[in-house]
This record gives sequence, structure tokens and C-alpha cells, in this order.
Amino acid sequence: MIAHALFFYFFSIIAIVSAIFVIVSRNTVHAVFFLILDFISIACLFIMIGAEFLGMMMLIVYVGAVAVLFLFVVMLMNVTEQKLSWFRGTKKTGHIPVGLIIGTVILLELIVIVGGWRYRDSFSETEFLSFNSEFTNTHMIGNVMYTDFIHLFQISGIILLLAMIGAIVLTYRKREGVKSQSYIKQISREREDSVQLKDVEFDKGVKLDD
Amino acid sequence: MIEIGLGHYLTLGAIIFSLGTLGIFLNRKNVIVILMSVELILLAVNINLVSFSIYLQDITGQIFTMLILTVAAAEAAIGLAIIVSYYRNKGSIRVEEIDEMKG
Repeated sequence: MIAHALFFYFFSIIAIVSAIFVIVSRNTVHAVFFLILDFISIACLFIMIGAEFLGMMMLIVYVGAVAVLFLFVVMLMNVTEQKLSWFRGTKKTGHIPVGLIIGTVILLELIVIVGGWRYRDSFSETEFLSFNSEFTNTHMIGNVMYTDFIHLFQISGIILLLAMIGAIVLTYRKREGVKSQSYIKQISREREDSVQLKDVEFDKGVKLDD
Repeated sequence: MIEIGLGHYLTLGAIIFSLGTLGIFLNRKNVIVILMSVELILLAVNINLVSFSIYLQDITGQIFTMLILTVAAAEAAIGLAIIVSYYRNKGSIRVEEIDEMKG
């Protein structure tokens, strides 16, 4: 129990501090690195409390794909160095006190709810989805994912497909003046279009391309 | 304090959620940081779902977490594509200069 508490506080303090650094760091590349650290510590928490599959999934999807995508876009654009402070705009706006007040109110409301929360008395467990101690976590997820939640699974596939199409449509642009081969044009050439036979008279020569 | 229960994980999720909203409200420089704040918010939602799933001994929360993971990845891809095409047209992604709609 002590080890659980120690690891929980270790990982959660790292997660909170790196979340703070994500929103305050002046250099955007550093912000992405702190985001990666945040994901890694939360994934460690997931593995610690017994959701191993999701922890590994977080590492692969977030750290391996999303954070690298962020890093790629940050480095593609020239926005890494911020001259001014992170929250101060050039124009005078009252967004800092308003944002602080709203953030604090949201945090207080959530803490109040968490502190005063308890189960309903008539809480009923769903039988077929509850944990089975014979199986590992991945085994349990695999048991229900392709049977009870097959529509959810397919919907997430469609969402990924739509995201891919949308990203391509948004960033695609047709370039002008690029020399490229058109293989349709190449393989549809006929002999009559390409080759001409001419009778060349003596001492006259031949005139082509007329 | 030593006995770690559901409340600890929910508090962690609440703190990260509030940090994400604060990042959205306070940022005036960089749209990419706003997208990262949205990722933080989705991460907090994931923490809530997974901790409820573990403490209720019910696998449904983890399945929903995978759906949220998918949606977060799709959202990051679309958002970054929008940012790239905006940067290509305007040459800047500063938040305070994005005011064509005067919302």
C-alpha cells in the first residue's frame, strides 16, 4: 500500500508539474516535450492501477504518433521562439484575470464534486462486463471489444478514416508547372499516332511535322 | 493520505482538466499550445474513465477510453492540418491576430 501511494504521488506530481509547464513554457518545442512527459507519467499510472493495455496504448498512440505530429508541425513553422511572455498579448485585453477566475472556479467545482461523491445505494453491476480474475487485462478487453462493442470499434475506424481524408483535403495543393510522366498517356499511344512512313524522293529530302 | 482511493485519481484528473482549460483561456500567442491544452483535457477524461473502470471492476470504461484515444488522435490530425493551411495563407498563427470573424 505504501508503495502504491509513493508511486501514485511520484507520477501524479510529475504529471501536474509537466501539465503546468505545457501551458507556461515560452518555447513551443519545450511545451511538446513536457506534453510527452505528461503522457508518459499518466501511462505509468494506468499500468500501475492495472490497465496495462491502455497504458501501452497511450504510449504508442500519444507519444509515438500525436506528440511526434505536434513536434513535426512546430518545427515546420517558424514559431518556436516566443519573444514576449506566454500570456501577454500586444493588445490590452482583460483575459488574464477572467481566465484565472474561470479556471479556479472549474477546479473548485470539480474538487467539491469529487469530495462529496459516493455511490448510489441502488447501484447495480453489469454482470457480463465485470472483471474476471482468470483473464489478463488485454484478454478482457479483447473479449468484449469485437463482440459487445463492435459498433464502437467500427465507428472509431470510420473516425480515423475521416480524419485522414480531412487532413489530406485541408493541406493538399496542386502545384503548377511540375513535369511529371502521365502513364495513361504513355500506354495509350497508338502506332498510327506516333510513327509515319514517308516515301523520300531522290534529292528532295523530307519535311516532317506538318 | 496513504490509502490511495478513487478520489485521488479523480482529483488528479480534475487538476489536469483545469490546467487544460486555463491553458486555453490564457494563451495569446500560439494556436498549437491551445491544441495541446485540448489534449490535456482529453487526458483528464481518460484518467477519470480508467479509474472508474478499475474501481468498479467493469471493463466498459477502458473501451470508452480507447474511443476517446481515437478521437483525440483524429482531432490532433485535423487541427494541425487546419493550422498548417492557415499558416500557409496568413504567415502567422498568433491567437490575437486570428480575428477575421470578430467573434
